[in-house]
Amino acid sequence: MTALDNLGGTDTTDLTRRGLRVLGVGIGRQKALFSLSIAFSVLFGATTVADAWVLGWATDHVIRPSFADGDVATGALVAGALLFVSVALLRMIGVVGRRLVGGIVYYRLVAGDRRRVTRKYLQLPMSWHQSHPTGQLLSNANADVEAIWMVFMPLPMAIGVIAMLVVAVVTMLVADPVLTLVGLVVFPLLFVLNVVYQRRQGPRMAQAQSLRGDVSAVAHESFDGALVVKSLGREDEETARFAGVSEQLRDANVAVGRVRAVFEPILEALPSIGVLLVVLLGIGRIESGATEPGDVVQIAYLFTIVAMPVRAIGWVLAELPRTVVGWDRVRGVLDDPTRFPYGPADLPGSGPVGLRTEKLGFAYEPGEPVLADLDLEVQPGSVTAVVGSTGSGKSTLASLVTRLVDADEGRVLLDDRPVTEVEHGALAAAVALVPQATFLFDDTVRSNITLDADLDDDTVWEVLRTVQADRFVAALPHGLDTQLGERGTSLSGGQRQRLSLARALVRSPRLLVLDDATSALDPDVEQRILRALAERSQSGGPTVLVVAYRKATIALADQVVHLAHGRIADRGTHAELRERSAAYRDLVDAYDQARQEVDHE
Amino acid sequence: MSDTRTAASTQPARREGSLRIIRRGLALSPAITQGWRHTVLLALLGTAGSSLVPIVVQRSVDSGLGDTQGGVESGRIVLVVTLAAVLLLISGVASWAAKVRIFTGTERGLTQLRVRAFRHVHDLSMLTQNTQRRGSLVSRVTSDIDQISLFLQSTGMILVLSIGQMLVAVVVMAVLSWELTLVVLAVFVPLVLSLKFFAERMSVAYDRVRQTVADLLTTIAEPVVGASVVRSYAIEARTQQRIDDAIQTNYRSNVKAQTIVSITFASAILIGGLANAAALGVGVWLGVVGGLSMGTVIAFIFLITLFVGPAQMATQVITEAQNAVASWRRVIELLETPADVVDPGPAGTSLPTGDLGARFAHVRFAYPDGPTVLDDVDVTIAPRQRIAIVGETGSGKTTFAKLLTRLMDPAQGTVSLGRDDEWADIAQVSFADLRRHVVMVPQEGFLFDSTLAENLRYGRRSATDAELVAAIGDLGLSDWFEALPRGLQTRVGQRGESLSAGERQLVALVRSALADPAFLVLDEATSAVDPQTELRATRALEVLLDGRTSVTIAHRLSTAENADRVLVFDAGRLVEDGSHADLVGAGGVYQRLHASWVAQASLGLDAPAGTLTS
Repeated sequence: MTALDNLGGTDTTDLTRRGLRVLGVGIGRQKALFSLSIAFSVLFGATTVADAWVLGWATDHVIRPSFADGDVATGALVAGALLFVSVALLRMIGVVGRRLVGGIVYYRLVAGDRRRVTRKYLQLPMSWHQSHPTGQLLSNANADVEAIWMVFMPLPMAIGVIAMLVVAVVTMLVADPVLTLVGLVVFPLLFVLNVVYQRRQGPRMAQAQSLRGDVSAVAHESFDGALVVKSLGREDEETARFAGVSEQLRDANVAVGRVRAVFEPILEALPSIGVLLVVLLGIGRIESGATEPGDVVQIAYLFTIVAMPVRAIGWVLAELPRTVVGWDRVRGVLDDPTRFPYGPADLPGSGPVGLRTEKLGFAYEPGEPVLADLDLEVQPGSVTAVVGSTGSGKSTLASLVTRLVDADEGRVLLDDRPVTEVEHGALAAAVALVPQATFLFDDTVRSNITLDADLDDDTVWEVLRTVQADRFVAALPHGLDTQLGERGTSLSGGQRQRLSLARALVRSPRLLVLDDATSALDPDVEQRILRALAERSQSGGPTVLVVAYRKATIALADQVVHLAHGRIADRGTHAELRERSAAYRDLVDAYDQARQEVDHE
Repeated sequence: MSDTRTAASTQPARREGSLRIIRRGLALSPAITQGWRHTVLLALLGTAGSSLVPIVVQRSVDSGLGDTQGGVESGRIVLVVTLAAVLLLISGVASWAAKVRIFTGTERGLTQLRVRAFRHVHDLSMLTQNTQRRGSLVSRVTSDIDQISLFLQSTGMILVLSIGQMLVAVVVMAVLSWELTLVVLAVFVPLVLSLKFFAERMSVAYDRVRQTVADLLTTIAEPVVGASVVRSYAIEARTQQRIDDAIQTNYRSNVKAQTIVSITFASAILIGGLANAAALGVGVWLGVVGGLSMGTVIAFIFLITLFVGPAQMATQVITEAQNAVASWRRVIELLETPADVVDPGPAGTSLPTGDLGARFAHVRFAYPDGPTVLDDVDVTIAPRQRIAIVGETGSGKTTFAKLLTRLMDPAQGTVSLGRDDEWADIAQVSFADLRRHVVMVPQEGFLFDSTLAENLRYGRRSATDAELVAAIGDLGLSDWFEALPRGLQTRVGQRGESLSAGERQLVALVRSALADPAFLVLDEATSAVDPQTELRATRALEVLLDGRTSVTIAHRLSTAENADRVLVFDAGRLVEDGSHADLVGAGGVYQRLHASWVAQASLGLDAPAGTLTS
């Protein structure tokens, strides 16, 4: 049971206790509906026992008298038949109600936590998002939330079963106290066996599940790299690698199956053994006149119909570890204290804003500054290019000036106002960032650009022309109404980047920050777009800060800032920097330098 | 990209009957049916145990347990009970053995199928496994097989066991009283008839649920994957609204499906109650007029429980069976998609060792049912020549490269490799031999989630660590390599994402150098990487190309300028062939392309900074 313990990092009793506490939370959230589902479930439990009682009653009042007299006891027969049907009807109502209302409780709990978790995601700052893997956050809102509340599916039934067992024992006691002893042995044994079964199975199932993930990972990777596999002739090795994990999964599944193969026949046979014992003991009881044959038949029947539902208790216990693990993960998100408050100030005016940083410093890891002591000044309406090699802090600078993250030291000022004092909406209206990685919503082209802001189609088309996207958008099956994403049209990297640019430009920002946002474009397309941008700036358009590699881009800037190791190595026009800085020449000329070397060989 | 699919997959193969699919699925995984006679026998023995209780009840009641006046034949009852206990034990053991056989057999068989399907995907040409279909190919070897396994081992087994259990029950019932058997069966008929109706409703409801789940997953990803967009445009409220809507839609579809499931599940209980009432009424009447025993009537009530359980599960079983058959059909269709580029295997001709050239003889290529992409290409590439291929997007240059590496086969004409008088049609060369001589370096340096060393060994599996380091050094990449803190043991991350795009290209170059082919086909990267890495890559490439024949799909001016020979493609035809010097002034396609390249490149060099803004 070690693997199970590891799940929660605690021992089994503590796990159960914590699991029960989570159950309490869930019940508290859906008190009314949960109570209703329990009421239905108890109805089911009671009518299940009643079903056996009807058979016992029919045996003593219909079957035996009729056979003894050789004449059908009509009145009693009709009563017996009606009893069978009405008990079945009530039982059916119990089952429908229990399953339906129980399901509603589960789906409501899941929906509620999904809303909580996603609201929290929208509040938590970028720095928090950056330090948590995407896959983990997605599974927090999906699989983990489901894992917490899945236990509510079998829970109403399990509680109904407990009620059923109590009623069953009581009716058995009324019928025959000695035969009840068989029930008192068989029922707890069924229960214990179920618990042992689920506890044994848990870790094996978890193992198989994790191997299923491995198989999928190998397949994904291998098919993604199909071109490499094919061009280097590695098909055999890849197949062997896949067969390796597949066989591990096979063995894990067989291990799960072997446990099932042992427990299932025992669990099925146990009630039958109970019936045999009841019959054996029943002989003596009937001979001594202590009990009626109907009671024996009733108790025997009870065993055959109670056995299956008792398993529900095992299902609940089997779910508890997952409940606790899911709960811990989701609480980890919901209880995170990180805050990112925006200020109350507005950014007055409508023209381009000036950008200034004062002694800006930032580090992802303490002691390893990415930016240090950075003083930067960008005049309103000008174009500034930031260049530097990988890891020089360019992208960090872009997210600091747009206030996706806050600096550790120093400050960023827009028109001499610290960004931390600016209200969220005012900041978003003034500053637009086009990030390196494009994100498009699973929505129409129009919505992706306007983000549901009130903008007319003419404005949208005009911006699409600026970013050289008008032609391909017009060629899409439904133009601006074309659905993008998962089940819509898929676009190339360059087309996606152009829409991302359009999204920024359409809101006429006062500061535009391009973080290597044109890397997937053909150089000539990039050139045309950047020229159009520069023209916009010139005629009262935004102040532009652009992170760039290509020389043609750099050449468009009024000012070039050369970053090296998180500090400004030099600044000036492209021509000035080329003139005085060897490091800058190395950086921007590297490409041509390489070509020249080739030529000289 | 429907035009890039093969004919086999566009015509969604004849919708075959489920039974035929199952039969063919089983034929593909012989381990599942191995020794099935024994398994079925054991399973039948196992299910027979469930009918023991009603028989014991019948015997005991008729031996006096039900009739206190006639005295109890306790000896006989004890005998019956003991016999039943022994049989119960035997059936339990049989059930255990049957289950072990089923689990082991299905897992073994499906693992064979899984690995076979995986291999088949790699055997398909690049044409068939294009990017759009990659995700669905992964599900063929993962979730589809899991679905079949789940079905065979739980619902499928329940189905078989339930049928066995009901068959045994019907036999027992018929032996006890055929009249009463007919009555009970008649009550269950409406339920059986309504199954199809319920199953259809259920599968529609589940389809809807699956759809809303997909939408939900996409929408929930917005604040996570698109965090910076949401933040920088302050669209938190809009995003939350979209999520809340998706959650609500998903909730409603779930509740709807749950309603249908609950009602179908429970309706069997009502039918069971009706059957009990009918058995009681008709049984008692038959007993009085026809001599049916008291034990038989009671035994029937016990036997009816054996029908209720399976009837409750029936709709669920049908829905899952449909899903499993659909999965099976998809896997079978994959396996039956012909590998259109066929490996001639060891029987094929082999290529001469040493330098290689290439020859295209009247080559035409078209996608199945699609337009001609390449037409009448006739060209010979001499050994050790350095070729640049130039052309606009859609000109056919990538197709040319794919034909050269036999990632696809031409529709007409032949592609041969060799030199002097020794030429071999590459369709006749075994893959193993071909891949040893010709290596393609794709645009994106794709790496596997492993160490740097393992990734380099994709080029030469036997290479020692020292050989790997030497290869890195030979390409002039030692300074880069030495800066890696963990050296050869550096983990490259998923798809190599722990390294920069430029570094991934470096690894791909070393990998190709280790493969040491005579002939290299390169697709030049278009995306910008940081200049220092770019410089390293250019130098490394120079060493790699030295002494080999190479064909490069060129996106850069300098690549074409430095090539021995430029092949210019336009609208699927080879329109120009010559050196840069020959073509640059020839007034053709190349001159035009070259001019636009020069215009871009010179912007940075010649135009004074800020010209366009001042």
